[in-house]
Amino acid sequence: MSILPFAGRFDPARLFAFKGGVHPETRKFLSAECEIEDMPIPALIRVPLQQHIGVEAEAIVERGDTVLKGQLIGKARGPVSANIHAPTSGQVIAVGHFTAPHPSGLPVPTITIRPDGRDEWGPRLPRLHPESAAPEQIAAQVAEAGIVGMGGATFPASVKLNLRAKYDLHTLVINAAECEPYLTCDDRLMRERAEEIADGAGIMARALGVKDIIVAIEANKPQAIQAMQRHKIALGYKMRIKTVPTQYPMGSEKHLVKTLTGRETPARALTAELGIVVHNAATAHAVHLAVRYGEPSISRVVTVSGRGVARPANVRALIGTPVADLIAHCGGLVEEPDRLLMGGPMMGQPIRNPRVPIVKGSGGILALTAEETREKDVMPCIRCGLCVQVCPMGLTPFELNTRVEAGDLDGAAKVGLLDCINCGCCSFTCPSNRPLVQTIQYAKGKLAERDSRKHQQDQAKRLAEARTARLEAIAEAKRAAMAKRKAEMAAKKKREAEAAQVVAEAVEATSRKEAAK
Amino acid sequence: MLSAVASMTAMGLGLGLALGLAARRFHVEVPPVVDEIDALLPGTNCGQCGYPGCRAGAEALAAGEAPVTLCPPGGRDVALQIADILGVDPAEGADLDGMEEAPQMVAFIFEDHCTGCTKCFKRCPTDAIVGANRQIHTVITDACIGCDACIEVCPTEAIIHRPKPRTLRNWYWDKPDPETGHADTRLSA
Repeated sequence: MSILPFAGRFDPARLFAFKGGVHPETRKFLSAECEIEDMPIPALIRVPLQQHIGVEAEAIVERGDTVLKGQLIGKARGPVSANIHAPTSGQVIAVGHFTAPHPSGLPVPTITIRPDGRDEWGPRLPRLHPESAAPEQIAAQVAEAGIVGMGGATFPASVKLNLRAKYDLHTLVINAAECEPYLTCDDRLMRERAEEIADGAGIMARALGVKDIIVAIEANKPQAIQAMQRHKIALGYKMRIKTVPTQYPMGSEKHLVKTLTGRETPARALTAELGIVVHNAATAHAVHLAVRYGEPSISRVVTVSGRGVARPANVRALIGTPVADLIAHCGGLVEEPDRLLMGGPMMGQPIRNPRVPIVKGSGGILALTAEETREKDVMPCIRCGLCVQVCPMGLTPFELNTRVEAGDLDGAAKVGLLDCINCGCCSFTCPSNRPLVQTIQYAKGKLAERDSRKHQQDQAKRLAEARTARLEAIAEAKRAAMAKRKAEMAAKKKREAEAAQVVAEAVEATSRKEAAK
Repeated sequence: MLSAVASMTAMGLGLGLALGLAARRFHVEVPPVVDEIDALLPGTNCGQCGYPGCRAGAEALAAGEAPVTLCPPGGRDVALQIADILGVDPAEGADLDGMEEAPQMVAFIFEDHCTGCTKCFKRCPTDAIVGANRQIHTVITDACIGCDACIEVCPTEAIIHRPKPRTLRNWYWDKPDPETGHADTRLSA
């Protein structure tokens, strides 16, 4: 144990470094100076019922229903799930499946709404006064509003606000690092809505029952830092605005916590273990809207950027707006992009179909040209060890890769396959352009499938045993019923025989009497 | 005479004791192989191996009459575990790689053709088919082991087997091919 954990207490200005990471060209200048603009209501809105980690929501509207803006259309199922609301007023024209904004392009349950253009609000959620509301009430309101982590992980925010029951919390970190290149949505939101973000942070701090709030912003966003400095007092909290170095993946919550406090989160554990909860700046803004105004999570700021887009911009768009409409709003494509991404260039997912809708976790739509993607031929690994140097989790990507290629998944798991955070630093840095993180992702999926298969086999065994037991019970019951019937029959026969005997005796007696006469 | 009796008795007792101790000391537990294999097998008695039930399959395996890959629902993992128990080379006389590639199959009922005869429903070893008399039946994909027992009994040929459909929950990236390394193998820019 070193004194590092305490150093931060004595010297609050001090920061710590995490091992690894890369410095990709940020290219934020493309959209950083573009004010957030409102996107007009698109012709069709497709709202997927699975926009979050966890169980998909359950549709509670039917085809033909008229919905109002903010009306609940998908109800959360189970503890880790999120409510889905209508982004605008209109008519539900389909409750079915549509391509997911996901690299697989598989269909997901989706509600399609044809907006009526009136954008008429339904009844909003009751407003809360966070100054007097109980922490549980705030968390319940956030759950009701369907707010999920808007940095991209889409974990239901209310679940994270309820961590106070399990952990001893002391600090809320507002993650405004925005380390992904190109993305400027959080930057713009802070510049333009600093006060609201600060208020949202205060509300979340009340819900968590923590004493400290730290807002962490990367050094390449000086205006955002200034804006947050101006509004650092909210709900009685004095926030610490910390400038963290511009380094990818600073926005990973474990690395952000390491940078701010010098403490490392245990493997596969939550930062709550250290008493720290991390929320995204856009999530704080959504919480502000939900608690102060009763507005559910129905829109978000999306950065539309890349050299393939005519006019890069930051757009406040309704959830469910098709990607193609967003791009058209930004002047369309100047050339056929080599790659269309949802999210940032490091961890974003390619989308195959530009008609897919944006969801609560989509921070960016990037149309990258061939010059930007710089696709190169894959060459053999030269064992240079660069991937090991840059891996922020301290793994050995080339070793993981070799093991996976040789089919040794268990061996890969033993050297930390499951600790990988998919940041892509290894692939980014590899001089041989090897698909390192891609192979690791494949291996993780494969491993998960194997585990689920094993689980399924156990379940099948249980089902088969239950069936055998049931069949035996039925057979046993049948046998018992049969035996009972047999016994009854025997008893009946006996009774009949007795009755016949009595009759016979009577007859005999009568005949004897007659004979005696 | 007395000394002979005494010496023989002493010898008998001594040797008996030694033998008894040795039997205890060097006791070898013979693994009940059949039980062990039986515990590994899915226990659904689906009959895909060609033996009447998992127990019979386990006996055949123990007797060395069947290849370790006899259990399709068990898949590669079960085959490897059986090979481990039996101490045989898993690759011998069996196609393990083929097992790896084979996708998981599940039954699917064409509801237009289903007459609600309940034959499949009675036959399913894992109760993966739901339905009632004269009502359309359907398969619970998560419980289906792809044993095809229902396909054999369906009078209207309304059941087929097909690969388990991929969903967002069980989807994962294909293995990138470093040799060609094009198109969608790279996630990031």
